[in-house]
Amino acid sequence: MAFLEVRGLEAYYRQTQALFGVDFVLDEGSITAVLGANGAGKTTTLRAICRMVRTEGEVVFDGQDLSGLSTERVVGLGIAHVPEGRGTFVRQSVEENLQLGAYTRKNKADIAADMESVYGYFPRLGERRRQQAGTLSGGEQQMLAIGRALMLRPKLMLLDEPSFGLAPLIVQEIYEIMARIREREGTSMLLVEQNASIALELADHAYLLETGRGVRGGESSLLRDDEDIRRSYLGY
Amino acid sequence: MMRPNPVTPRLLIGFGAAIVFAAILPHLVSDFTSFQFTLAMSYGIALLGLNILTGYNGQFSIGHSAFYAVGAYTAAILLYHFEWNHYATLPVAALVAFVVGFLFGLPALRLEGLYLALATFAFAVATPQLLKFDAFEHWTGGVQGLFVPKPEPLIGGLSADQSLYYVALAIMVLLMGVAWCLLHSRSGRAIMAIRDNPIAASTMGINTALYKTTVFGISAMYTGIAGALSVFVTEFVAPDAFNFFLAVNLLIGSVVGGIVSIPGVIFGGLFLVFVPNFAQDISRAYPFVPPPWAIFGILLILAIYFVPFGVWGAVERVSARWKRKSAAGR
Repeated sequence: MAFLEVRGLEAYYRQTQALFGVDFVLDEGSITAVLGANGAGKTTTLRAICRMVRTEGEVVFDGQDLSGLSTERVVGLGIAHVPEGRGTFVRQSVEENLQLGAYTRKNKADIAADMESVYGYFPRLGERRRQQAGTLSGGEQQMLAIGRALMLRPKLMLLDEPSFGLAPLIVQEIYEIMARIREREGTSMLLVEQNASIALELADHAYLLETGRGVRGGESSLLRDDEDIRRSYLGY
Repeated sequence: MMRPNPVTPRLLIGFGAAIVFAAILPHLVSDFTSFQFTLAMSYGIALLGLNILTGYNGQFSIGHSAFYAVGAYTAAILLYHFEWNHYATLPVAALVAFVVGFLFGLPALRLEGLYLALATFAFAVATPQLLKFDAFEHWTGGVQGLFVPKPEPLIGGLSADQSLYYVALAIMVLLMGVAWCLLHSRSGRAIMAIRDNPIAASTMGINTALYKTTVFGISAMYTGIAGALSVFVTEFVAPDAFNFFLAVNLLIGSVVGGIVSIPGVIFGGLFLVFVPNFAQDISRAYPFVPPPWAIFGILLILAIYFVPFGVWGAVERVSARWKRKSAAGR
């Protein structure tokens, strides 16, 4: 059985249905990208896995059925969510944001060690550890969001558009760090992106969503070479 | 200003000086003035509760008069009907207010911002009427309320007012310490994370629902203790003392002192006791001065204009500027 298995996933915001049966799998240690245009249901897919919206269908993580669990319980299983818009706790310091990432963990020595390792990945956060997080630049806040997710020691990271609103150079930098994290920590990642070209570069597998339905999926290299995808999402 | 106040040597010195000043104050002023300061401290404790809820957790309340009433009536009923020791009523008032606050916090979970404010408003409006309700009259004394004695002085040589002043001071300092510890803990970070970004907070694994209701309970507990203390000071409870006007006043006190602060509650409490009196005095003294509440309104607008983040916010700004200057001078 796959590490994360999503079958017939439907999601609703009150009466409005946003996902109409999405299926995909993710293997342990791999990176899967979910691509699609605005409103395709990418963010909703991540929220559905975290149990933040009403869902139907099946989500099985590491052998455990997630339906019926609360968001806190899902986080407790080792799923860290880097939310849309970064979710910075703007009025707390960088360090306090990172401590909040380790909220469900108890061992203080481990937490302190992991904080240093986050500063290793993102030296700029280390320089600004006492700074109020709201005063960081967009790129730094994105780094903080990823660093904060790492503080959970996650088995699976859900990343919601890490490239959003950032300059290409910063996006490049952040994606390089994500590749390094996967290499060193072996963290599985489910990545949602509009920026298809950079996501396909990093991901092993990719799925394409259109208006709440999965329309195509497979190895990244195959999708990259796909004529339609190239024209609609890669733009060349 | 946005985070709980860090402990610096300067803050500790200031705090020590304030305690010494507060300790000798009742020997410098009349019993009546001591009484007024005690009342200000009772308000200050209530404001601590409101600050934790609104300033640190982001939940609005314009109904804290209700929790003040719950504490006050719990103490008054135990004193009047069961002749309890005054101080023994405090933990009971705290517990009852916590439970009421927690239960109120449950439906409040579904409400955000303005809607929550309206629900608390409804609670504040309903409370005096419930206290007058015939079925409870035997216990509450109905419209008349209940008269209870002041506690005996704890130490010989002190007047009853002076003794009560010291009790209120000790309780306020203790509860400020408790609030400080709470807000600087892991739970405190979670409380503020919920204020700053509730969705991201839940993705940290924080049980936001449990936190919000518990914080409502803690906030009500603080305000309930304050209400009980106010009974000792004023020697009676009556329904109309806990009307919506008190709820608004508490919010004003929080904002004037600095709603995201702990020490600010002292200034908020003083404002609530002394500024209306001052407004009344000058309105009486000069024939062309507008009526007292108009003066109060003007003073309030001036306070908001000149110290938009409250008195404590202004203190922190000035001290931050000092720090920058002394760092630059080096």
